[in-house]
Amino acid sequence: MNSFEFVRPATVAEAVAAASAPGAAYHAAGTNLLDLMKGGVARPTRLVDVNRLPGLDRIEHAPDGGVRVGALVRNADLAHDPAFSRRFPAVAEALLSGASAQLRNAATVGGNLLQRTRCAYFYDLASACNKREPGAGCDARGGENRLHAVLGWSGSCIATHPSDFCVPLAALGATVEIESKAGRRDVPLLDFHRLPGAAPERETVLEPGDLVVAVRLPAEAARFAAHARYLKVRERTSYAFAVVSAAAALRMEAGRIAEARIALGGVALKPWRAHDAEAALAGAQPDAASFRRAAEAALTGAEPSGGNAFKIELARRIVARALAMAAGGTPERVPALPASPFAPAPGASVHV
Amino acid sequence: MSDIALTSAPAHLRHGSSIGQPLTRRDGPLKVTGEARYAADNHPPGMLFAVLAVSTVARGRVLGFDLAAAKGHPGVVEVMTPVNRPPLAGDPDGKESPFAFRMDVLQNDRVRYPQQPVAVVIAETLEAATEGAALLAPRYEAEPARVGLDGAEPFAPKVVGAGNPASARHGDVESGLRAASHRLEATYETPAQYHNAMEPHAIVAAWDGDTLSIDTPSQGMALTQARIAGLFGIPPAGITIRSPFLGGGFGSKGLLNGPQVLGILAARLVGRPVKLVLRREQMYGPVGHRAPTRQTIRMGTDAGGAFTAIANQARTATSTFDDFIEPAADVAHALYATPALLTGHDAVRLDTGTPMFMRAPGEAPGSIALESAVDEMAEACGMDPLAFRLKNYAEVEPSSGRPFSSKALRECYAQGAERFGWSRRPLAPRRMRDEAGLLVGWGMGTAIFPALMFAGHARAVLKADGTGVVETGAHDMGQGAWTALAQIAADGLGLPLDRIEFRSGHSALPDAGLAGGSAHTATAGVAIDRAGADAIAKLAGLATRDRRSPLFGAGNAGVVARDGRLHRRDDEARSEGYADILARAGLGEIEGRGTGAADPAAQAAFAMHAHGAVFAEVKVDPEFGQVRCTRLVGAFAAGRVVNPRMVRSQYKGGMVWGVSFALHEQAVTDGRTGRVMNANLAEYHVPVNADVPSLEAILVHEHDPHVNPLGIKGVGEIAITGTAGAVANAVWHATGVRCRHFPIGLEQLIGV
Ligand SMILES: Cc1cc2nc3c(=O)[nH]c(=O)nc-3n(C[C@H](O)[C@H](O)[C@H](O)COP(=O)(O)OP(=O)(O)OC[C@H]3O[C@@H](n4cnc5c(N)ncnc54)[C@H](O)[C@@H]3O)c2cc1C
Ligand code: SF4
Repeated sequence: MNSFEFVRPATVAEAVAAASAPGAAYHAAGTNLLDLMKGGVARPTRLVDVNRLPGLDRIEHAPDGGVRVGALVRNADLAHDPAFSRRFPAVAEALLSGASAQLRNAATVGGNLLQRTRCAYFYDLASACNKREPGAGCDARGGENRLHAVLGWSGSCIATHPSDFCVPLAALGATVEIESKAGRRDVPLLDFHRLPGAAPERETVLEPGDLVVAVRLPAEAARFAAHARYLKVRERTSYAFAVVSAAAALRMEAGRIAEARIALGGVALKPWRAHDAEAALAGAQPDAASFRRAAEAALTGAEPSGGNAFKIELARRIVARALAMAAGGTPERVPALPASPFAPAPGASVHV
Repeated sequence: MSDIALTSAPAHLRHGSSIGQPLTRRDGPLKVTGEARYAADNHPPGMLFAVLAVSTVARGRVLGFDLAAAKGHPGVVEVMTPVNRPPLAGDPDGKESPFAFRMDVLQNDRVRYPQQPVAVVIAETLEAATEGAALLAPRYEAEPARVGLDGAEPFAPKVVGAGNPASARHGDVESGLRAASHRLEATYETPAQYHNAMEPHAIVAAWDGDTLSIDTPSQGMALTQARIAGLFGIPPAGITIRSPFLGGGFGSKGLLNGPQVLGILAARLVGRPVKLVLRREQMYGPVGHRAPTRQTIRMGTDAGGAFTAIANQARTATSTFDDFIEPAADVAHALYATPALLTGHDAVRLDTGTPMFMRAPGEAPGSIALESAVDEMAEACGMDPLAFRLKNYAEVEPSSGRPFSSKALRECYAQGAERFGWSRRPLAPRRMRDEAGLLVGWGMGTAIFPALMFAGHARAVLKADGTGVVETGAHDMGQGAWTALAQIAADGLGLPLDRIEFRSGHSALPDAGLAGGSAHTATAGVAIDRAGADAIAKLAGLATRDRRSPLFGAGNAGVVARDGRLHRRDDEARSEGYADILARAGLGEIEGRGTGAADPAAQAAFAMHAHGAVFAEVKVDPEFGQVRCTRLVGAFAAGRVVNPRMVRSQYKGGMVWGVSFALHEQAVTDGRTGRVMNANLAEYHVPVNADVPSLEAILVHEHDPHVNPLGIKGVGEIAITGTAGAVANAVWHATGVRCRHFPIGLEQLIGV
């Protein structure tokens, strides 16, 4: 068998030390990592199990309204934390739209941030993939790429980051807490994942041994709670990755948009924050024209990387709709089909 | 629902029967407690694990392996390659019968499709074998792959499907089209699909000298046994196959396949029992698939909407080394009345594994194309799709002129439409929205599937204690054979279900015929019923000839078997228990034999099909094109219903496949390499529960006195047909967009 070492450190410091060795990888729920290992895509020589690390499984609500979520909190537990979903409903909705109930019960916050792309060529050892093997080439280019990136891609990689969770986190200005040999540091989620450029194998800012210990959302992110939605278009009603998704959050003042937050998923190798679109909405009326303008801005610079031009206009429509839904107000509860266009619409029709 | 008064029952039977009862699966408790033993659950002592090394190229030659690395890996016992593979007596590339498909069992270094086995690593543990297979690192001389329906020169096959003529003509289509007031010509494409049973193909093989014992999921134990015997040069009687449960088969476990043979060869090579289980992605090559199709349909109607001609020319694909031609065009043969009908097929040879029977082979892709075209034709005629179908209702089979043995399709249309609320459907598309503004569309399709039978045998025994044993080597793929066949068996012997023992799933039992073509319940069921009747007849002979029996002399009047007693038909008060009859005759048991097979005379006289009508509602997001099938009502008539619960679940399962066909399922193949890029259940989409929120199957009463003595047609495949087209037509009705390329992807609907 392919032997590897399995270590179960008792402290964060031990974990970081153990994972600093070449070939080491952290093992959280393993819902992504073990699949990659079974396929031979990842072949770590040492697995550092983080599941027993103390203190990483807590959701800590700060008095000011911010929150700190330990890296080991399970996706389902976070989504079902009443205080969390009240303050950050779009994040809860995104979490509940991901994968299946079984996977959400297992998958961790840290693992979700660090899940690898679903690019089929990355998973297929017989294909050339720069991410798997730097310099090998990219067989997704010219291949089956209708779901690949339309923003931020490069000639060396056109893959997307598949996480739903990360999309509202990007919109709401989350921070990633990282423990490393040199100590603890904070990295804004927006800077955490890297675009492919010429080095698609370098996916995040993490250095060997770096452990994600928590994700924080600032207090001001909770100010969007009344108008925050996640919308995810998929190829089946549930249990599918996003074709394109968007998180939209609005702070309304006197019937106008005081501040907007928008991020897209499924379009780039990182959750894509649309700052220009947000700027376009500051002070605007919450109407279809404003939302369309923002949607146009959000996709500025978008280009097909293959047979996926349809995703650009689709993404615009999703941004506009997500904004309309956010303007309509956050529903009392996360709908039964979270983030789905088929979720029962509260109040008035958003389809025109 | 079919009432089960045994109007066409064999003469010895009366009511109080098991047939018709909605029993739950008798093997259910075993399954939910994990006690049901599937093939891969077996671990005979000394067993080793075998793992396939499969090709990554579609076409070429294996130049070599890193054998030293694989063999040197701890735990690896042996690596089987063409060099050391034990000899076979039969040629795996031979074609002894149309049902003997060529297979890849290391007979040479050729590679003819991706995922083709090129070596087998055998080890003490699964992990060691897996790593050994990875270390083999085969080197190839690769040639360009031939991919897609335009990837090679088409050829004209001689036969399609299980041996039908490749083309059929009835009347003059060209003049029918010329004379038509409304004409349609449209081309529909369906993708390659893979069976993807939950249970992967698996075998545990153990040799003892020249006798072979195997556990493997099989939909056809007798054919498998015969093919193994031929390949290994051993008598069939020396081969024992246990296949009590299958985790789905859908046609991919019907005939012996290469990986099963490799498991047997591996056990031969190492002289120990061997287990070989396919990984999910390895199911995308050597064990069959549904080939893609491109169907060009031409139709014409007169001014009143009656067909003047229907033609379907289908292109499909097969492998470079064997023929299985998806008979997609043939579904038109029996559906709609038309004076002129023309169907034909051609095919290209691609670097894929050989396609295979997959649930409703031919009918499924044929039906979605034909039902879509019928919908387009109805639109062209300005007619409601149901009215159009009724206008073209076939009173006799259009291709042959034979009457139908039974056809309750009108009742299916009526009951389905009523339940669905079809009469409220606006004729024009894009007219309905729900309260949230989603587009709503209603579509329908006609379902049809032939009522087939194979040959099957059974044995029934009445024992001295008045209980019975019924044996047949049937196959339960999950459909409920353990239950439904036992119900028939109980009635056949005139005993309550709890007083018979039903034995099945084992090759030593009488051959029950292939579990395919939706023919298993009819075939094995009739065999069982005849075996019971045979035993009862012998028992009745003992009683009616014996002066001491209350039934003495009843010979002419006849007897009725019920609840373990024989009753005089003309005087039910006179009866005698089975045990008493046997005891008096001094017999320990009495045995009956029975056979189920199609009756050639009835087949010549009648067209035999099950029918149905499916009504679908979809909702479509107007801007995103995301589609959800929110409601499905299917009404089906398929002769006698042995167990309404099992039958309904077959229909519902088929309807889910139909949704899958229309909206979800496809193998995504790289056009450069021929490799399937979504060979896993995360990316090969089939519907999840949220995709089928409302499914309803109506059982329409149908009495068929001709199809077989029990009046049973098949229910396993029909519900895919009709449904797929109904969903596609509903998408048109919702959006006004005609999608002719399946599955319907959202980019087809968003107008960009
Ligand atoms: C069938 C399927 C469908 C899915 N659908 C969706 C979907 O619709 N939407 C979606 O968002 N996701 C989806 N997922 C992905 C799922 O969300 C991820 O697999 C999961 O979040 C990973 O979490 P984990 O704890 O299992 O991580 P693991 O698999 O254990 O680890 C993943 C990676 O993160 C690293 N890692 C884990 N924890 C840490 C840490 N604390 N610090 C540093 N590195 C760490 C590991 O080394 C590894 O590289 C799906 C997955 C599957 C298998
Ligand atoms: S798109 Fe990126 S991940 Fe996919 S094959 Fe190319 S380099 Fe690899």
